[in-house]
Amino acid sequence: MNWGGLLLVMILLSSLVPGLIIFALPEKSNRPRTFLNLGGAFLKLLLILVMIIGIYQGRQFAVRWQLLPGLELALNSDPLAALFSTLSTVLWLLTTIYAVGYLEQSPNRRQFFGYFSICVTVTVGIALAGNLITFFLFYELLTLTTYPLVTHRGTREALAAGRVYLAYTLSGGAVLLVAVAWLQVLAGPVAFGGPPAAAAVPATHELQLIVIFFLFIAGLGVKAALVPLHGWLPRAMVAPAPVSALLHAVAVVKAGVFGIIRIVHDVYGVPFAAGLNLLLPLAILASLSIIYGSLCALREDDLKKRLAYSTVSQLSYIILGVSVAGPLAAMGGLVHLVHQGLMKITLFFCAGNLAETLGVHRISEMRGIARRMPLTMAAFSVGALGMIGFPPMAGFVSKWYLGMGALEADKMWVVAILAVSTVLNAAYFLPILIQAWFKPQESTWSEQGTTARLETHWMLLVPPLVTAFLVVAVGLLANAQISPLAWVKLIIGLEYGP
Amino acid sequence: MPDTPFWAVCLVVVPLFFAIICFVRSSLVTFLGPLAAWLNALAGLGMTLSFVHSGPLRYAIGGWQAPLGINFSIDGLSVLLVAMTAVTGLSVSMYAKGYFSLRIGSAGEINRHGHQRAYFWPVWLLLWAALNGLFLSADLFNIYVTLEIIGLAAVVLTALSGKPAARLAAMRYLLVSLLGSCCYLFGVALLYRSYGILDMTALSRLVSPAPLLWVSLALLTTGLLLKTALFPLHFWLPPAHANALAPVSAILSGLVVKASFYLILRLWGEVFAQVLPFAAYVLLGVLGCGAVLWGAVQALLQKRLKMLIAYSTVAQLGYLFIALPLIRLDPGPSAREAVILLIMAHACAKSAMFMAAGSIFLKAGHDRIDDLDGIKEVLPVSSFAFVLAGVSLMGFPPSGGFLGKWLLLGVSLASGQWWWGIMLVIGSLLAAGYVYRIACHLLVFKASFSSRRGSIPPVMEWPAVLLAVLAMILGLLAGYPLGLLEAGCPVPIHACLEVMP
Repeated sequence: MNWGGLLLVMILLSSLVPGLIIFALPEKSNRPRTFLNLGGAFLKLLLILVMIIGIYQGRQFAVRWQLLPGLELALNSDPLAALFSTLSTVLWLLTTIYAVGYLEQSPNRRQFFGYFSICVTVTVGIALAGNLITFFLFYELLTLTTYPLVTHRGTREALAAGRVYLAYTLSGGAVLLVAVAWLQVLAGPVAFGGPPAAAAVPATHELQLIVIFFLFIAGLGVKAALVPLHGWLPRAMVAPAPVSALLHAVAVVKAGVFGIIRIVHDVYGVPFAAGLNLLLPLAILASLSIIYGSLCALREDDLKKRLAYSTVSQLSYIILGVSVAGPLAAMGGLVHLVHQGLMKITLFFCAGNLAETLGVHRISEMRGIARRMPLTMAAFSVGALGMIGFPPMAGFVSKWYLGMGALEADKMWVVAILAVSTVLNAAYFLPILIQAWFKPQESTWSEQGTTARLETHWMLLVPPLVTAFLVVAVGLLANAQISPLAWVKLIIGLEYGP
Repeated sequence: MPDTPFWAVCLVVVPLFFAIICFVRSSLVTFLGPLAAWLNALAGLGMTLSFVHSGPLRYAIGGWQAPLGINFSIDGLSVLLVAMTAVTGLSVSMYAKGYFSLRIGSAGEINRHGHQRAYFWPVWLLLWAALNGLFLSADLFNIYVTLEIIGLAAVVLTALSGKPAARLAAMRYLLVSLLGSCCYLFGVALLYRSYGILDMTALSRLVSPAPLLWVSLALLTTGLLLKTALFPLHFWLPPAHANALAPVSAILSGLVVKASFYLILRLWGEVFAQVLPFAAYVLLGVLGCGAVLWGAVQALLQKRLKMLIAYSTVAQLGYLFIALPLIRLDPGPSAREAVILLIMAHACAKSAMFMAAGSIFLKAGHDRIDDLDGIKEVLPVSSFAFVLAGVSLMGFPPSGGFLGKWLLLGVSLASGQWWWGIMLVIGSLLAAGYVYRIACHLLVFKASFSSRRGSIPPVMEWPAVLLAVLAMILGLLAGYPLGLLEAGCPVPIHACLEVMP
C-alpha cells in the first residue's frame, strides 16, 4: 500500500477505532469517552486537511483491495469525495461536542457514542468510495449503524419509527443491489472518476440502461427522501437532537443524494444521461419533492417535524441542480450539498436546545422565546433566513446558481419552481421568527434546571453559533479561494470541461 | 512436514480414536473431548496448508485400490468443507465445554447433566469423523457408510436433551434419516448394477441417459433431499434443531445438513451434470424458492428464539438449491464459488446464532422472543454475536452471504433468468424481517433485566463472536478460500476406468 492509500485508510480508522474502544469502555468512564470522541474528530479533520492540500497539489490518493477477480473495494480521493468528506468531518466534530452536552445526564451513552463514531466512519466511507460496489457496501452499512441511533431512546414510538426506517431503507438497499449487479453485468466493474461506465455499453442495451437508472433512483431515493419514498424521514424525528441533526445534515439523507450525484455524474455521465432523456423525469421528481415537502412543512406545528419536511424539500434542490444538465445549475446543486448541511444542522441544534432547555417542542409554544434564548434564536434565524435564500447567506448562493443554471439551460419552469419554493419557505419559516422575536410570551416553559450564566449549557450553545457563523461566511466569502463554491467550481470544471 | 494424505487419514482416525476412548472412559471426557477438538482443528489446518502445495490428489488407504480399498479424493471443495468443519467444530467444542460445566455446576441434577456430557463427547467426535470421511471419500458406498453414521449420531445428539419434545423430534428425525439412507442405498445399488463402479470421478465419465439411471438418481436425490430438509421435506428439521441442547443445535444446523447438501452438489454439479436435463435443476430451484419463502414466513411467526433460528435454516438451505440451476447455466465458476461461500457463511453464522441463543436461554431461563428486552445489559457479548450473525444471514455486505448472493445475482442476470436473482433478494429482505424481530428486542435499552443465573463464562460467549465475525468478514477474505477451490478440479484417475460390468 502506498502512503496516499494509507492516508485514506487512516481517515476511516480515525473514527472507527475510537468507536470500537468506546464499546469496550465501561458505561461510567465519561472522560476517556469524550476524549476519544473529540480526539478522533480532530485527528480526522487533520487528516482530511492533509488530503485536501494533497489534492490542491495535484496528487491522487487511492487504495484498493481485491475480493475476487472483477470485484474490488476501492477508496479514492476525487474532489467530490473531498467535498463530502470534509463536510461530514467538520459537522461531526461540532455534533460530537453538542452530543456530549446534550446527553450529559442520560443513560446508555456508551452505545450512543460507539455507534455515533462508526456511523461517521461509514459516512466518510461513502464519500471516499472509489467504485460502485464500495459505495454500496458503505451505503448499506449506514442503514445498520444509524438504526440504533434512531431508536436510542427505546420508547415504543422510537421503536416504531425504527421499524419504518429499516423497512424503507432495507427495501431501498435491495433495489439498489439489483441495479448495481445488473449494471456490472452489462458494463463490468464500475469505477468512479474515470469515463462513465454506462456510456461505454453498446447501444443495443439502451432500454436496460434506462431501467437500471430508475432502479438506482428508486434505491437511492429512499435515503434522499424523494417524494413518494420520504415517509421514514418525518417519523425518524423521535431520535435525540444530535442524531436528527446529523441525519438531516450529513449522514443518511446526504448519502442518498450523494449517490444520485455519483450515478448521474460518474456512472452515466451528464451528456449520456441527457441523451437517454433520463434527467427530465428526475428533475420533475425533484420539483415535486420541493413543492410537496414545503406544503407538508406548512401544516406541521411540531418544530422538528416542520424542519424534517423542510429537509425533504431542500434536498431535492441538490437533485434538481444535478438534473438540469448545465454547469451552473450543477454548481448550485453541489454547493447546496454543503450549504444545506450547514443551515439544517444549525436549525436542528437550535431546536434541540429549545427542547432540552425549555421543553419546547411546538411552534405555538415559541412566542417570545427569543428573549429567553437570544443567542440560540439568533442562530436559528440565520439558518432559517438562509433556507429562504436571503442574501448574503449560504442558501442565497445556491439558489442564485440554480436559477442562473436554469436560465442558461433555457428551462423557465425550473425558475418558476424555485420562486414558488422560496415563497413557501418564507411562509413556513418567517412565522416562527416573528413569533419568537416579536410576540409576547404566552405559554410557560419547564425550565430544566439550567443555573448556568449562559442561556443553556455552553456545549449546546457553541455548535449552533459556529454553524450559523459558517452559514454567513460561506455566503459572504463565496468567491474566496477556499470556499465550498470554489471547490465545487473545480469539480464542475473537471466534469464539464473548462 | 507431513503430506496431505497423512492429514487426511488423521482427520478420520483421530476423532474416531478419541470417540472410542471417551466412550469407554467417560471420566476422561472433560479433558479428552476438548483435546480431540484441538487436534482435529490442527489436522484441518495442516490439511489446508499442505493442500496449497500438493494440489488435488487421490489416495488409496493402505495401497488398496478401488473397488476393494477405501479411496480418498481430495480436491478444493473437500478441503474447504473440512476446514469449515474444523473451525466450526472447534468453536462449538469450546462452547460445549463451558456449557456442560456451567450446567453441571449450577443445576441440582448433577446426574442428568453428567450423563449428557458423557454421551455428548463420544457421539460428537464420531459425527466429526464421519463428516470428514464424507467430504474426503471418493466413492458412493463409503459415503453411504459415513452418511449413515452422521444420521445416527445426529439423532442420538438430538435425543440427548431428554425433554419429551426432544425425544419426539429425535424419533421423527430417526425415521426420516433411515428412510433417506434407504433411498440412497437403493440408488447406489442400482448404479452399481448398471456400471459396476461407484467411484464418483469414474462414474462421471461412464454415465449416459438411461431409464435405470433416472430411477437410481431419483432415489439418491430423494434420500439426500430428505436429509437436507429441502422444502417440503423439511418438516422434521425445526423441532429437532430447536429442542436439542444448544451446542447440538449449532452442530446440526451448521454442519450436519451441509453434509448431505455437499453430496447433492457433487452429484448434480459434477458427476451427473452432463446427463441431467435442465428441467430437473429448475425443479430443485423452484423447491428452493419455496423453502426460502416458507421458511422465512414461518420464522416470522415463531414465538420462541430457537424455533425461529431453526426455520431460518430451512430458508437458508433454500438459497443453496436456488443456486443449482445457476451453476448449470453459468459458463464460469462464479455460481459454484457462490454456493460454497453461502455454505461456509451459513455454517459460521448459524452455529454462532445457536450458541448465542443457548447462552441467552441459560441466562434468561426462557427463550420467548417478546420477553427478551434488555438482555443486552446482562449479556452484551452474546447479544452482539447474535445480531452480527443475523446481519450476515441477511446477506449484508461485506459478509460471505452477501458475496455469494452478489455472484449468484450476477449469474442470473447475465444468463437472462433474472427471476432466480430476484428471489434471492426477496429472501434477503424476509431474512432481514425475522432477524429484526429478534434484534429489536436484543438491542433495545432497558435498565433492569431479571436474569435467572450467574454469569455465562467467556468460553461460551467468545466462540460465538468469533464465528459471527468470521461470517461477517468472509466476504472480504473470499479470495483465499476460493483460490483453493480453483486449484481443486476433480482429478483424472487411471485404474478404475477399465472395470466394466
